[in-house]
Amino acid sequence: MSSKNRLRRTMMFLSTQRAGSIRDAYIYAPDSIIFDLEDAVAVSEKDSARVALYHVLKYVDYKGIERLVRINGADTPFWKEDIRASVAAGCDGIRIPKCETPHDVEIVEEQVINAEKEFNRPIGSTLLQVAIETPLGVRNAYELSMASERIFGISIGAGDFMRSMHARRRDDGAELYAARAQLVLAARAAGVQCYDTVHTKVKDYEGLERDTQLIYDMGFDGKSVIHPSQIPIIHKVFTPTAQEIEKAQKIISKLSNEAKEGVGVFMVGEDMIDVAMLEGAKRIMALAEAAGAYKGE
Amino acid sequence: MQLSHAAVGGTEDSGDVLVEVAPGQGTLELEINSKVLSQYGSSIKKTVLETLTRLNVTDAKVIVKDKGAVDQTIRARLVTAIFRAADMKENLPWGDL
Repeated sequence: MSSKNRLRRTMMFLSTQRAGSIRDAYIYAPDSIIFDLEDAVAVSEKDSARVALYHVLKYVDYKGIERLVRINGADTPFWKEDIRASVAAGCDGIRIPKCETPHDVEIVEEQVINAEKEFNRPIGSTLLQVAIETPLGVRNAYELSMASERIFGISIGAGDFMRSMHARRRDDGAELYAARAQLVLAARAAGVQCYDTVHTKVKDYEGLERDTQLIYDMGFDGKSVIHPSQIPIIHKVFTPTAQEIEKAQKIISKLSNEAKEGVGVFMVGEDMIDVAMLEGAKRIMALAEAAGAYKGE
Repeated sequence: MQLSHAAVGGTEDSGDVLVEVAPGQGTLELEINSKVLSQYGSSIKKTVLETLTRLNVTDAKVIVKDKGAVDQTIRARLVTAIFRAADMKENLPWGDL
């Protein structure tokens, strides 16, 4: 069973249409794999991809990597059977495409509950991820984040969003800034995670690192991935440096000691520290530990 | 499960398998083509027969053109071909696969 708050720095899309590409995906060590039944699968092969998905979920050991499924949209004839196959095979979660209103989440949750009952899966074990790809979805990001107890995170899909906005891509990400900011605000307010869109220029590693640094600094929890070579770059950005770990340790330790003596504000290096910084320091330590950059005391 | 017409599943890409199925003549007829037939032929045959049994298919002609597929890919492509041949598109028996 998956955890709502697990580490999700990288969420790698995989087309379920190609047999050879899906069975060994765990060797690239993303935090999550998103098996795609939607855009990456031809309409004539939707049935075949679904059966292939069922068999890999059922019979391949993904070594603890989270296994999510991007189903087809509710405006297609495929989505209900996508859910039945995914839940029957024991996927960790469903990514719902093109969400605009809470109703889009509610109808999927209803089918997930039916499938959990039908295939004797624990009720509530299938998590939900909300994919936001339109201006209306961005406006409703908070309501979407709160639409179900199963939701662990929301994500922005830039391709469709940019088309809806009549916007053009820029290297500095300015065209996406408003949407990214609204998404991360909504996610934090709702207490769920937030993930950025894919970097579509696969060989532009410099641009990927710049993009990832931007969304890391904005507070995002991770980024979608379309090629395995993007994974180490994103993980590097999301791994706290030795200096950040050392400073976080000092903050946690000093806040604990100073609080006993009734001191509210103190200095660490050149920075003034108070209790409001404790949560951030703890988050850095948790990220460092999860990323293997800190082994604990 | 009764097959209504011929159907295929899979591809001849490397790492995949193309499975052709058709209604039989009262029995199961199986043909396997693979470059690794001498090493894996019996294993492929076992997987195919197990899957057919699980789906209760007893009357069919099955041709397997293997291109180095692993076990679960062979199962998946055969199941796809069977569902297509039986015109099964919704409410599929996932729990029985």
